[in-house]
Amino acid sequence: MTAARTTAHSVVEPSALSKWIAGVLVVAYAVITMVPLAWILMTGFKTPPDSISYPPKVVFGPSLEGYCNLFTTRTRQTKEYIEALGPPTTTCDTITRNRDMVIAGRSNYLPRFINSLIIAFGSTFCAVALGVLAAYGFSLFKVPFADDLLFFILSTRMMPPIAVAIPIYLMYRDLGLSDTALGMILLYTAVNVSLAVWLLKGFIDEIPREYEEAAMIDGYTRLQAFWKVVLPQAATGIAATAIFCLIFAWNEYAFAVLLTSGTAQTAPPFIPTIIGEGGMDWPAVGGGTTLFLIPILVFTILLRKHLLRGITFGAVRK
Amino acid sequence: MSDVRTTGMADRAVLATPPSMARRVRGLSDRAIAWLFIAPTMLLLLAINIFPLIWTIQLSFTNYRANRTAEAKYVGFDNYVAILTKSDVWEAMQATAHFVIWTIVLQTVIGFALAYLIDRKFRGHGFWTTVILIPMMLSPAVVGNFWKFLYQPQIGLFNYIISFFTGIPPSSFEMLGSVSLAPWAIIIVDTWMWTPYVMLICLAGLRSIPGYIYEAAEVDRASPWRQFWSITLPMALPFIMLAVLFRGIENFKMFDMVNLLTGGGPGSTTEVASITLKREAFEKWRTGYSSAFAIILFVTVFGLANIYVKALNRVKQR
Amino acid sequence: MMRLKKSAMALGLAGLVSAAASTSASAAGELTLCWAAWDPANALVELSKDFEKASGTTMKFEFVPWPNFADRMLNELNSGGKLCDLLIGDSQWIGGSAEGGKYVKLNDFFDKEGIKMEDFAPATVYAYSTWPKGTPNYWALPAMGDANGWFYRKDWFEKPEIQAEFKAKFNRDLAPPKTWTELKDIAGFFQGREVDGQKVYGAAIFTERASEGITMGATSALYSFGFNYENTSGKYDMEGAVNSADAVKGLEFYKELYKCCTPPGYTDSYMGEGLDAFKSGQVAMMMNWFAFMPGMAKDEKVGKVTGFFVNPGEKVAASTLGGQGISVVANTDNMEGALAYIKWFAQPDVQKKWWSLGGYACHNTVLNDPAFKDSQPFAGQFLEAMGGVKDFWQEPAYASLLQAMQKRLHDYVVADKGTAKEALDALIVDWTEVFKEEGKL
Repeated sequence: MTAARTTAHSVVEPSALSKWIAGVLVVAYAVITMVPLAWILMTGFKTPPDSISYPPKVVFGPSLEGYCNLFTTRTRQTKEYIEALGPPTTTCDTITRNRDMVIAGRSNYLPRFINSLIIAFGSTFCAVALGVLAAYGFSLFKVPFADDLLFFILSTRMMPPIAVAIPIYLMYRDLGLSDTALGMILLYTAVNVSLAVWLLKGFIDEIPREYEEAAMIDGYTRLQAFWKVVLPQAATGIAATAIFCLIFAWNEYAFAVLLTSGTAQTAPPFIPTIIGEGGMDWPAVGGGTTLFLIPILVFTILLRKHLLRGITFGAVRK
Repeated sequence: MSDVRTTGMADRAVLATPPSMARRVRGLSDRAIAWLFIAPTMLLLLAINIFPLIWTIQLSFTNYRANRTAEAKYVGFDNYVAILTKSDVWEAMQATAHFVIWTIVLQTVIGFALAYLIDRKFRGHGFWTTVILIPMMLSPAVVGNFWKFLYQPQIGLFNYIISFFTGIPPSSFEMLGSVSLAPWAIIIVDTWMWTPYVMLICLAGLRSIPGYIYEAAEVDRASPWRQFWSITLPMALPFIMLAVLFRGIENFKMFDMVNLLTGGGPGSTTEVASITLKREAFEKWRTGYSSAFAIILFVTVFGLANIYVKALNRVKQR
Repeated sequence: MMRLKKSAMALGLAGLVSAAASTSASAAGELTLCWAAWDPANALVELSKDFEKASGTTMKFEFVPWPNFADRMLNELNSGGKLCDLLIGDSQWIGGSAEGGKYVKLNDFFDKEGIKMEDFAPATVYAYSTWPKGTPNYWALPAMGDANGWFYRKDWFEKPEIQAEFKAKFNRDLAPPKTWTELKDIAGFFQGREVDGQKVYGAAIFTERASEGITMGATSALYSFGFNYENTSGKYDMEGAVNSADAVKGLEFYKELYKCCTPPGYTDSYMGEGLDAFKSGQVAMMMNWFAFMPGMAKDEKVGKVTGFFVNPGEKVAASTLGGQGISVVANTDNMEGALAYIKWFAQPDVQKKWWSLGGYACHNTVLNDPAFKDSQPFAGQFLEAMGGVKDFWQEPAYASLLQAMQKRLHDYVVADKGTAKEALDALIVDWTEVFKEEGKL
């Protein structure tokens, strides 16, 4: 099979012209598709008036005001009051005072971002740990009703999140898990474990059984063989799976908006509520969005080889 | 050659692994290990998926409200009858269908075209493929929120770009506020995000076609046009269908992006099923009623997916 | 259901409860106050510094933007969360929160501490504190009086060339409107006009779909045109009141105003969008809550040139009620601290400072002070507006009632579906269904 893949198209090469046209079209599409993202990045460095100017400003003097606003709360004060405060101590102080305002305190962005980190990494760790064990269990041994169990695991992802949230809301209320990081970690783990089992089973199935058997002939127990042979062999697969779980938990909005209100709220439900004195504070939103997206960009690049497998639950492999 | 497992959902093929040849009863038996490893996942899914599902079914026959202290009363099938006879629900279903169908059509056409172009293997196609893939990895909520800004008449970039190319004044149309444009506004954003997804799967499909088939066609002097219709498309079809299946299920559940872009408005033009459900369940707190709605949605998506998988298998067997 | 719940715990989740509870419990000597994220909230932070000093309590604040406020906070109350000790909740939440045991009943506390409801403006006590309505059962202390009012560009209204042109066209002086018809004339007059080299529009009004925006906006017109919720109070007889000829005229009028005289793209706009339009000099007039007037008057760009007027009448003089009372959340871990805050807040001196910082105190010592009327350019208007306020249903089912109205109004006004009569008829059907489910009809 591997041979067939490498020889595909080896004889029927597209012509130079068709390659050129294809290249131009694809690059054009890629550039267009990047425009909204570029705009997010740019908006983060605009001043609020620049961000809502008409026509939209492509060239502008960069400013850190958006990022200052993202991390602080500010109150409007009289000029006399501001002068009485003494000289500004930080860049953000200066920027804020130029708008007749003073920094009153820190915004909730950082705590929400930290919540996102805790919940995403916590649930990823749990989902991958459970997933590796279950996948190995299914892979190792003919479990009765394995097919049905695996199908059941997958089907749990077909429910609309709002539908799932109704009973979870009631259950968490009775258990005192509402608006807690633990509750969110449990929920995301449950959602991610189906993906993890399916992906990891594929990866573990690919490891030649002989390695494990050889280790056991050398005197390892099954558990030792799993720990010392299977896990290291599956490391790449585990890493790829972990990143997929992480991305889901990082991006998730519906559960977060319904089941958290403050203490455990993550960034996605928070970012759309960053307002200025009137409506949305777009530079701050742009900054908050940029910071929130950067980890995902990094992971996408790391993952690009395994993307296909992840998004199809392992149904398509390359 | 790539290994397509489109049947994973239906016949859950070849999941069994050969029983271990050198089974050793040192410590735990393999059977015990398998169950020990699978059990935690199953317990978690029982607690967070199955138990809530049963609870939802039970609630769906009551008039329970999660914000009241009154005891729930058993109301039989009243909730189901009320939902299936309510015109608002059918309007929501129509809005959902419009959204699902058009996003699938657009994403399939553009996604396949992109995959076909990328498969010409022009220089740097690997890099540009990764660039194109970025939007689908991002949080639909956070990015959807930013698209609201892009869609602002006057200050938004989208209207300005349209105006730049067509001469239509940017403030003369409202992507999110007009009844005729709002359904398309959400389709555009979804297409922007998820076309790469379809593209990636289609690309795997194209790369799975062995080169010798084209060579044989060249020998027969089949025109490129004929080659496309009689080789490329039929052979990539199972992959396209898989992409359509996943996109269909995902968009049937759509909540976050639409909720942030339009909130279902103007009026109820873009009120997809999940938004209706959220309003009933978490704003009006008609828990019994919305549980029935949740069950109906679940049965619908499950039923559609099963019908689709059957059709998919028939195509594959052809 | 109980059996199922018990089996859930048996599934092993119970062990996690204690761990979860410890993470969410707030530390002693700390109070979290929840409110909407807006100007007055910042003023309250400033005011509360005095309380922190006097009591040694650390105040924490959780402010949520208006479009998400009701959703988030009612969700929080229902989920039994422990985020808020004190909640400045909307007037319409009283019914549900009182009957659902979400708020602490404050009668005994008021009696013990000598806090008298007679010291507060009657309209605010009725609207923000009592449930059932008008009975001496208090669930909140009036914290922030508010009504929907109007902002206008005094400098534009005073330009001689604009005044002359207006007079030539309408045969009257350009002045803040007394009726909705006058308001529409003025809005239409400014729509599309060049002022100071910029194209401007007539008025920014509420059209928001998701939470309460369009209902709060449209009722401002509806009440003035003679709309009523019931023929007889407390009877839920809506036929002929909700869809009366006056109500239909009022709703048609609101749509005409939306169509003729608002800036492009204001299809889903509420307080924030209105403020942006007004501050950036896009509109001549803006509908918005009195709560924003103190902040607007301080604005570095338009503060000096902004005037304020009460919601215009038509058939009757009326304003849509806003405003909130401060309640103690029943689930709080720091009941003593929360009550101490309310006791402190109710003091006349604190109430005076509250007004000076930009909060609308409801205490009679503030409102009845002869100097009050002239203390701010909007103080007199505030008293006038509060004299004629009407509020939405405060029923426990208020969210269902509000969602129905949001849908019917937005469908008609923005999405051009059906006629005003059809929209109001459909609304009666929706509301009747809700009241039947509630067992009130």
